[in-house]
Amino acid sequence: MIQYLIRRLLYAVPLLIGVNLLTFLLFFVVNSPDDMARMQLGQKHVTQEAVEKWKHERGYDLPLFWNDKAQGAAHLGQTIFYQKSVNLMLFRFGQSDTGRNIVNDIQERMWPSLAISVPSAIFGVTVNISLALLVVFFRRTYLEFWSMVLCVILMSISSLFYIIGGQFVIAKLLQLVPISGYSDGLGAIKFIILPILIGVVSGIGSGVRWYRAIFLEEAEKDYVRTARAKGLSDVQVLFRHVLRNALIPILTGVVVLIPFLFMGSLLTESFFSIPGLGSYTIDAINRQDFAIVRSMVYLGSVLYVVGLLLTDISYTLADPRVRLS
Amino acid sequence: MSPPLLTVDNLAVEFHSGGQTVRAVDGISFSIEKGESFALVGESGSGKTVTALSVLRLLTAGGRITQGRALLDGVDLFGLSERDMCRLRGSKVGIVFQDPMTFLNPVLSIGRQVAEVLALHNHLRGKALHSRVLALLEQVGLPEPAQRYNAYPHQLSGGQRQRVMIAIALAGEPDLLIADEPTTALDVTLQAQILRLLKDLQRQTGMALWLITHDLGVVAQIAERVAVMQSGRLVEQASLSTFFDHPQHPYTQNLLAALPSIEHCGRPASPTTTSNASVGYAQRTLHGFTGTEPDATALTVARPLLQVTDYCVYYPVRKGVFQRVVDHVKAVDGVSFALEPGATLALVGESGCGKTSLGKAMLGLIPSHGGEIRFDGTNIADLQGEARRRLCANMQIVFQDPYSSMNPRLTVGDIVAEGLDALYPRLDKTERRERVERLLLQVGLTVAARLRYPHEFSGGQRQRICIARALAVEPKLLVCDEPTSALDVSVQAQIIRLLRQLQEEHGLSYLFISHDLAVVAELAHRVAVMYQGKVVEMGEARQVLLTPRHEYTRRLLEAAPRCRVPG
Repeated sequence: MIQYLIRRLLYAVPLLIGVNLLTFLLFFVVNSPDDMARMQLGQKHVTQEAVEKWKHERGYDLPLFWNDKAQGAAHLGQTIFYQKSVNLMLFRFGQSDTGRNIVNDIQERMWPSLAISVPSAIFGVTVNISLALLVVFFRRTYLEFWSMVLCVILMSISSLFYIIGGQFVIAKLLQLVPISGYSDGLGAIKFIILPILIGVVSGIGSGVRWYRAIFLEEAEKDYVRTARAKGLSDVQVLFRHVLRNALIPILTGVVVLIPFLFMGSLLTESFFSIPGLGSYTIDAINRQDFAIVRSMVYLGSVLYVVGLLLTDISYTLADPRVRLS
Repeated sequence: MSPPLLTVDNLAVEFHSGGQTVRAVDGISFSIEKGESFALVGESGSGKTVTALSVLRLLTAGGRITQGRALLDGVDLFGLSERDMCRLRGSKVGIVFQDPMTFLNPVLSIGRQVAEVLALHNHLRGKALHSRVLALLEQVGLPEPAQRYNAYPHQLSGGQRQRVMIAIALAGEPDLLIADEPTTALDVTLQAQILRLLKDLQRQTGMALWLITHDLGVVAQIAERVAVMQSGRLVEQASLSTFFDHPQHPYTQNLLAALPSIEHCGRPASPTTTSNASVGYAQRTLHGFTGTEPDATALTVARPLLQVTDYCVYYPVRKGVFQRVVDHVKAVDGVSFALEPGATLALVGESGCGKTSLGKAMLGLIPSHGGEIRFDGTNIADLQGEARRRLCANMQIVFQDPYSSMNPRLTVGDIVAEGLDALYPRLDKTERRERVERLLLQVGLTVAARLRYPHEFSGGQRQRICIARALAVEPKLLVCDEPTSALDVSVQAQIIRLLRQLQEEHGLSYLFISHDLAVVAELAHRVAVMYQGKVVEMGEARQVLLTPRHEYTRRLLEAAPRCRVPG
């Protein structure tokens, strides 16, 4: 097990280097520093000096990979690749194009993101599994048929509609919670209830259908018949045997997403004006702040690698047949 | 006389699927006395399992009991509430299913799976529960039950799993134990052990045993009374001795006649020397076999089609952070044999002895680790690319499971034609079709089969398609990897007949891999017994099967079920 983890972590190193290189190509070669400067400063009435000055202030005036003018190690050190990508690799994100410290920003803004995404995920999975178990318990009845019709309808509605509709009915008409905004401490609760509720409801359609499919597949297996032959009732079989086995495929889908809770939701956060990482990314994209976008892209990739590792580990906990080696 | 334990009266079961109604069980009646062992025999699909499941009301979706009654100790099972039925399942009636791998919950420890029944019906808790589970596991002969309490099903062998399954069925101390094909998924030696166990347990507890099987050998060993089922109906009920000695119904007579038997082994060692002698041998075996000296030519025949020398197949064992190969499991460890044109060599042994690994490695389907194969005098290892492919086309394989070894999305015609396309890429359409049709006719299928899909055929027909597919490449050698073990007895007999006929017509050589000694006896000229990767005994079929020399061969033969009434 330990050996497996060490091996997986070693595998992650070349993976992250690859991701890093790709990010670098995307942000500095495909989209050159000149382009970035012009997007910030405007296309027409900009002098070359202004562009150079902008680039110099942000360290974008260095050569990409090899610095002829420098001496010794600085050949490599005084380059964009070293200054930006290697630092990115070590999570030293540096300053945004507007001059703020990115690491500080991320540390500050991750809490509002987590405040919404963690409860949404926990309630979402709980609600979906409970509803799916209920549907499976009533399988081959009209209840199952109509709940599946309802699920398809729920799935077909755009999440934008849930957000705007929720804000209109619950916040504007019923005035139960504020439409948008955020505050620190316990005051945040009234702001996060609605986004969490909408997050859970908008996921029910696809979630229940997915979990139901997993449960149904397990419920048809042979060991279920053994359990019934032991004298267990339908409900006992569902909870003691089917649920435990169904956890295995469920874990793959859920655990891989856990690290992403940290990244927040782009849509929800911008609609509810939550100062989290999701809206941070959206704002950075709108402002063409490549330093931030680059950091978030890299962070996302790292979290994905972490997510896959967590999934593999969780497998061993749920399935005794899987031993990592 | 006391009333019977279980009475099934005019039971009928229907299945609905896709708008069609199939009558799986069609008005059958029988009864099982207290403490008796009763066998329900029939081919797959005849409705045996459905009968047992409907008595327990455990039918799958779509199955419905349309008429009839089932009385257990005078209680009408179909009139009980689901709650009462749950109380009865496991405590009054226990059931053992066929495949102990899929019928045990893979993520619960075996101890917990047994304990569940005791907690449910006997309300045992804590230490009392634990020690009762251990006692049960001990009773069914699971070695070291205390250490295995927390083991998971996949950590046990097939025989051990079936013992756990039996412990689960016994936990509620049932009056009736239903055993649904309890040994079909097991090796001969294990099969014998499990049957002995069931019989012992029945004697100890005095419960009735309802055995469901297609294997008449199993019936002969364990049953007192036999009922034969054919397409949902009972065609014959008799005591064991009457059943085997004076079968009444033609179906039963056919079933018994179709049985392969070790006593049938009488094929000459070399087809070239005595091609007309099979009748003579059969007669000779009746009068006691007059053996020749051990077959010295087993290793070296005059002009071998296939010569395998010191062949090894290893599976690497990997360890450490970098997954270095630290050791090997020697699946095949230095095996040598020769096979002449038109002859059959049978490789027999328990599962895990390396016989399938050997067959697959010979065809290049898995890598080998030493030794040489000469086919028609050419060392295969010397050839590369196209030449090697050409040569290897002479060796084809027929797999055990005809259900999973064909692509379900291709028509039978396309499956068979794939081999033709590889051999004759320039064949035009009509000729290609004619050849496919000829092949299908050759294996006893109709021309129309060409346009249908594999799932539309029965197991035996599918195995015929697999044989046609192998023959399409015009091979000289056919590796048959347990080609009949997934099939019913009567279908098995047909496939054996087909294989013999093809051998006579085309001079094919067979490497016949099997654990079923009776089938081997019907087909093989020469037999090689494999044990733990090595050949322990090789010789003429008659010699190996009738006068075995090696200890292991004797054990295998003793374990093989025979359809003779004991005593």
